[in-house]
Formats: sequence, C-alpha cells, structure tokens
Amino acid sequence: MSDDSDRKRRPDGGTATERNRGEELFADIDLRREHLKNRAFLGLIFAASMFGVVALALLLLDVVTDFYVGITEFEISLIQFFTVDGSRRPENAGFFGAIIASVMLMALTAVLSFFVGVGAAIYLEEYAPNNRITRLIKANLSNLAGVPSIVYGLLVLAALVNGIGVGPILLAGSVALALLVMPIIIVSAQEAIRAVPDGVRNGSYATGATKWQTIRQVVLPSAMPGILTGTILALARAIGETAPLLMVGALFVNRTPFGPFDRFSGMPTQIYAWAAEPSQHFIHLAAVGIVVLLTILLSMNAVAVYLRNKYETAV
Amino acid sequence: MSTSEDSLITTEVSSERTGRSDRPDETVLAARDLDVYYGDERALASVDVEIPEHKVTAIIGPSGCGKSTFLRCINRMNDQIAVCRVDGDLSFHGKNVYDDDVDPVALRRRVGMVFQKPNPFPKSIYDNVAYGLRIQGFDGDMDARVEEALRGAALWDEVKDQLDSSGLDLSGGQQQRLCIARAIAPDPEVILMDEPTSALDPVAASKIEDLIDELAEQYTVVIVTHNMQQAARISDKTAVFLTGGKLVEFNETAKVFENPDEPRVEEYITGKFG
Repeated sequence: MSDDSDRKRRPDGGTATERNRGEELFADIDLRREHLKNRAFLGLIFAASMFGVVALALLLLDVVTDFYVGITEFEISLIQFFTVDGSRRPENAGFFGAIIASVMLMALTAVLSFFVGVGAAIYLEEYAPNNRITRLIKANLSNLAGVPSIVYGLLVLAALVNGIGVGPILLAGSVALALLVMPIIIVSAQEAIRAVPDGVRNGSYATGATKWQTIRQVVLPSAMPGILTGTILALARAIGETAPLLMVGALFVNRTPFGPFDRFSGMPTQIYAWAAEPSQHFIHLAAVGIVVLLTILLSMNAVAVYLRNKYETAV
Repeated sequence: MSTSEDSLITTEVSSERTGRSDRPDETVLAARDLDVYYGDERALASVDVEIPEHKVTAIIGPSGCGKSTFLRCINRMNDQIAVCRVDGDLSFHGKNVYDDDVDPVALRRRVGMVFQKPNPFPKSIYDNVAYGLRIQGFDGDMDARVEEALRGAALWDEVKDQLDSSGLDLSGGQQQRLCIARAIAPDPEVILMDEPTSALDPVAASKIEDLIDELAEQYTVVIVTHNMQQAARISDKTAVFLTGGKLVEFNETAKVFENPDEPRVEEYITGKFG
C-alpha cells in the first residue's frame, strides 16, 4: 500500500505502469461471472418494476381508443354526456346523474370518515396508553385495511339497507365507503401526527398549555397537510369503488339523486351497468365514463402529491 | 384547577424588582431529599438545594449526571415520561409541586422553560410569542405584550418588520431568542434553561449569555450547561452534579470555581474527568 502511494507521487509515467501492475496484481481473481450475474439480476428487477407502468399504459391506451371510437363512430356528444342523466336508450344516455351521485357520495364519505378517522388517530398517537387494548386496536386497524371492499358493502346491506330498512339510498353507500377508507385515513393521520417533532409539543407544554391546547394549536396545524394528503388519497380510492355500491343496491338508477336519502348510481356503478349491456354503443359510453372517472381520480392524486410536496419542508 | 392555582399563590412574593446583587437571598425553589427514578434506574439521589430568587443558578456536571432531569422536575416536564417516578420534596414558594392539588399546567404557567434545541412552533413570530398568553385566555393589549417580550429577549429590533413571517425562517440563535420571548411573554417567575446555547454558534451563544444576565433582574433563572466557562461567567450560584445523580457541591459560583470544598469537584472543573 505504501509502495503504491509512493509511486503516485512520482511525476513521470506513473499511471501506465500502475495499470500493468494492477492487472498482474489481481490476475488470479476472476469476477466476470459474478458481474454477469449482477447485470442479469438488474435486468430482471428492472423489468419487474416496469411491469406495472407498461400494464397501466396499455390499459390507458385501450380506454382512450374506445373513448375515441365512441366519440367519432357512435357520435357521443360530450356536452350531452355531462348534462344528461342515464337512459335506457343509448343515444339519449348521459353521465350527469352518476357524476352528481359520486360527488355527493364523496362529500358524505369525507364528512363521515374524516372526523372519526382523525379523532381515532389523535387518540392512538397522543392519548392511548401502551397496553393490550391499544395494541389490539392497532393490530385491528391493519386488518381492517385489508378487508375486501365487498365485505363492507355486505355489512351495510345487512345492517342499514335491510336491517334498519333504509333501502338502497345514497347515505348507505357513503357509509360503506366511509368504513372502507377509515382505516387508511387513521393510519395516514397517525403517521402525520407522529411526524410532528416532540420538541414543539414540549415547547407547548412548557408554556403552560394543556394536552388538548397542545394538540389543537400546535400538533394538528403541523400535521394537517399530511392528514389531508392521506384523506384525499383515501377518497380517490373510494370514488372508484364499485363492489360496495353494488352491494347496497346502487344499480338500475338513471336519474340524479335529490339528496342523501334518494336512490342513486355512482360513476363506477353506471360504468359497470353500461359495460354489461350487449349494445356496442353502451360499451363505448362506458369507455367515455372511464376516462372521466380516471381524470377525476388522477386529479385527486395530483392534488395530494402537490399538498405533500408543498408542506413537507415546512416543519 | 382553581385549588391548585390558589395553593401556588398563597405564599406572598415580593414584586419589587431591584438589582440582584444587594438583596438577601429569598428561596424560590427548594429540593429536599429529592429522588428520581427512570424505571429501576436512579437518576437523582437525595438532592438538597435551595435556589434563590432573581439570581442565575447554574447546574453543571458530566453527561448523564441528572442535571437535565433535575431541571425537568421543577416544572414537572418529567410527568411526560411514563417510567419516571419522583420521591421527596420539591417546593416552589414552600409548596411541594408534587402534591396532589398542584396542577402541572398551572405550575408551568409560573415556571417557563427554554430547551436545548430551539423549538419554535411552525407559526408566525407574533403567534409564537403570543401563544402562552392566548392559551391562558389573555385578552388585553396583545401587541404590547408581544413587543415587550421580544424586547426582553433582545430580538425586537431584528424582527419588528417581519412579525408575520414564520418563526422557522429565523437563524438558530434568533430562534432560541424567540423561544425565550415565548417563555417570558406570559410573565413567569422562574425560567428554566436546558443547555440553551449548546446548539448555537459562539456569537449567538454570547448574545444569549448577555440576555440571561438581563433576565435575572426580573426572573429567577436556572440554567443547565455543559460549558463551565459559561457557568462561571453568568451565574451567581453553581450546583455541581456528579455521576450517580448526586449533588456534590452547591455554593456561590466564585467559591465553587476558585475554592471548591469537594476535591472531586475541583478535579471535574479543572478537566481531570467529565
């Protein structure tokens, strides 16, 4: 080693002899096979990571093609699509009622799940003692997040729609969606609350604040961007959910709901109904509906990403 | 709540605020046989100390000797730590702050604290300073109190034109003075400082040192520091904790640094260990 560094200091012809010397020095070590393996594995895992991207691109291509064919060959008018309710006759059918139903669903779902979810997260992070009950709740949360969405639909069907007998109303649909997204909201709110540095909590306590004052004035304002990001992502998942809505009976309705106690069919259920029709015209209506739904969904995700980037350096 | 407030103010405190040199010591805080445990581990062992009013009392000692633990006992910040248990007496104006009828929230409104790492809230400079008064329901002239506190923390001239900008945009030293302003805005009696300059550069640190000297005219200051020169410069009294959570010497600062009673203290101060 000291030999080497001596050589480097010599001004003339050092590098060439060094290279020769290096080949001699490591001649007995053959790494070609190992490097080959390295590259092969890299190719494999890169392909794996591209799989999702390619699949999404193909899906989008398929949908956009159908969308284009629907607009040109079947002369689906976008103005009519956005202003007219569904219909049994494909040339008269629009998406307006489904869009309004989905917007109302999201608003109700947000109200139902946000306060309960954030409340639970505050309790678990700030108040809950570290005992068996708390651990049970936390373990249950991750289980709940993995429950298939149709199960929440079944639950609401049994408890509300048939149990109390409210019928297949919009409120029942939003209760199912709220139950579905609540675990996601709780977990993301917990993470946002946990990310608030203890230093500012201590600063607040040391100034003579009570626990609730500290949470209300210091912790929640700091955690709110993270909580909102998680909530928007959760709602973006809810807006595309079909199974729980089918379960509570959101089908065969073509008109705009008047309020939370009216029957309804949201965007995904309307698309589902159209796609099940034999007529090609309906199937292309479904394609246009999918484009609208995807646009809304990706916009929601974009807002969430924007919020996260804007505030992640603030604290 | 009301009973604890009452019990804390029954002892009359002289509100005269004169210079701090020519006054007889009046004890504000007194620990008697104070033990603190974290689980089974003993962090403080029978500490006896009497902290005088309107003076700067420095607490020095090697890492892990319990000096921060002692400081956090005074305003009961140790209550936040589940495994922490306190035995013995720690009295504020003669009232044991660990009595059942003392509300720690009320106590902390009398005993402010500044931390090692500046911890301003992610709010505006104004809201940071106004925080303590707002949570106490103060409805007087907030602007005046904010200005007074910022002047008291020697920060007013630097931030008076940017009160609405975030406290996090300030430099480290300014953030620490903002935290001092936040602590003094509700006008507490005692200010606890836990190594307030150890995260700062020397210039910012010396500004805080000058400030501590001024604060002592109005407040009782208890400061934990790693820096013995700092303790010698700014404090009137010095308490030396050594390993095992024992208070081995407590006296006038000049006496502790020039002629300590304990040989181990002399060894520590002259840098033989710690």
